[in-house]
Amino acid sequence: MTPQVETPRDRSPGHLLSLRGVRKTFPAPGASEGRRVVLDGIDLDVDAHRCVVLVGSSGSGKSTLLRVVNLLDEVDDGQILLDGEDVADPRLDANRVRARMGMVFQAYNLFPHLKVLDNVTLAPRLVHGRSRAQAEAAAVEMLTRVGLGHKTLAYPDQLSGGEQQRAAIARALVNEPELLLLDEVTSALDPELVGEVLDLLAELRAEGRTMLVATHEMGFARRVADEVCFLHEGRVHERGTPEQVLGDPQRERTRAFLRRLHA
Amino acid sequence: MTVPDDVRPPGHAGTPAAATGTAWSPSPLALERAAFRRAQRRRSLLVALVSTVIVAVTVVLVVVNAPGWERARTAFFDPQNAWASLPAILEGLWLNLRVWVVAGVVGTLLGLGLAIARTSRVPALFPLRAFAVAYVDLFRGVPLLLVLLLVGFGLPALRLEWLPTSGAFLGALAIVLTYTAYLAEVFRAGIESVHPSQVAAARSLGLTRAQTTRRVVLPQAVRNVTAPLANNLVSLQKDSGLISVLGAVDAIRAAQIATTGSYNFTPYVVAGALFFLVSFPLTRAVDAYQARRGWGRSLATVSGAGDIR
Repeated sequence: MTPQVETPRDRSPGHLLSLRGVRKTFPAPGASEGRRVVLDGIDLDVDAHRCVVLVGSSGSGKSTLLRVVNLLDEVDDGQILLDGEDVADPRLDANRVRARMGMVFQAYNLFPHLKVLDNVTLAPRLVHGRSRAQAEAAAVEMLTRVGLGHKTLAYPDQLSGGEQQRAAIARALVNEPELLLLDEVTSALDPELVGEVLDLLAELRAEGRTMLVATHEMGFARRVADEVCFLHEGRVHERGTPEQVLGDPQRERTRAFLRRLHA
Repeated sequence: MTVPDDVRPPGHAGTPAAATGTAWSPSPLALERAAFRRAQRRRSLLVALVSTVIVAVTVVLVVVNAPGWERARTAFFDPQNAWASLPAILEGLWLNLRVWVVAGVVGTLLGLGLAIARTSRVPALFPLRAFAVAYVDLFRGVPLLLVLLLVGFGLPALRLEWLPTSGAFLGALAIVLTYTAYLAEVFRAGIESVHPSQVAAARSLGLTRAQTTRRVVLPQAVRNVTAPLANNLVSLQKDSGLISVLGAVDAIRAAQIATTGSYNFTPYVVAGALFFLVSFPLTRAVDAYQARRGWGRSLATVSGAGDIR
């Protein structure tokens, strides 16, 4: 048996996801020694059916935070508790943990060699053990839901950016993830295509999906967030309701960030 | 009305005149430009034609009037000699084709296996990974002819009872040994050309490493290296002629036998023409396949990559 050290804060009843003292560094570019600290002791809770929005400048650690939660990068220190279980523990089967979450990327990351339908059915068939028929039925339903019912047999490069991102959202949703991670999902889109994706996300929010969202869209953050976290230099610098953080920020860094956005 | 090709907006040639927007008939300005383009195209065609004729005639005249042309013609292009040597060379070519197919299939599979082993991160495969690196380095750095001689003459000298000693078998073995290294490098380049974000997306969905390799990385990798892969297989087809060194009677050896005793080299030309006839359609087929797959086509439709004035 592997020894389990249980401290009271290991268990966070109620929270679907809890980050405790999460630290992540990368090798500093160009330097032979020294590491760039990207996440410098993050504490964060996401309750079920809630939407937490991460804002902050480029390089403030938003994407890295989502990636470490999705176990795509390993943390240097700290805990990532999913339903109270520390999934940052390397003894855990990461594939099983990842299968409980859905991640949507800034650059869509659809598989270009697979049709939209096959992009969506890949994980249900390989990871969740669905038959092809079951998986395709669920995929068509989900694609219809995101407005792509007529494009199931197209290849990703035959879709517009907005359609590709909606397909990527369908690919994540079809596995019924407990937690949806959205990484700057509209940043690569033409301005007129942003709306269709944000509307879809607002719908998902309304039906009670648990979401952790990194975004530059302050209007969207105001619309969907239960809590906004402003990240600065790898720390949660300010947090609260969207009205507080975006409307009446208490700290100078937050104010400066918002001023730059509106300038 | 159908709009003539010349007056369509540039860059959209070939697309059917879609019924979008208001009815449009070309303005006098457009018609005048179209007429100019037509005239310019006719002129280009004429220039190309004239220059081709001039060059062709010059080449023919130079060759035919060159001293020794008569001798060259009978020594290399003697129809009777060609006809007489053809059956033996064709029979030899059949051996080349069999060696080519077998070596091509075996080399491709082994090369793919080596490339996967080399790019995998499974700890248990470390010995295989080390072997793959050493193997590829060694066989890429040694001439094929040398491998052929070592295998063809060296292995039989060991007097292994179970080892076939035919030149064709040993020759194919040597070719497989060398081409496996080349093909492994081709596949490795393909695997490394797949963007890491593709792996992230697959793993994020819960796919295992093996599933990600099999379902996401390899299909894209193979598609990305179709052209270099085909080039290697074509050159393998040609190198299958090297087994003649070991005494296997392939097309080249058959041609060599046919030339013995005479100073007529037509059989070599016949063998060369046959090799060409096999490889040429293959290269063209690969080009066509790539164009149809869209990877190349998408570049051509990028604005600016087309026919720039």
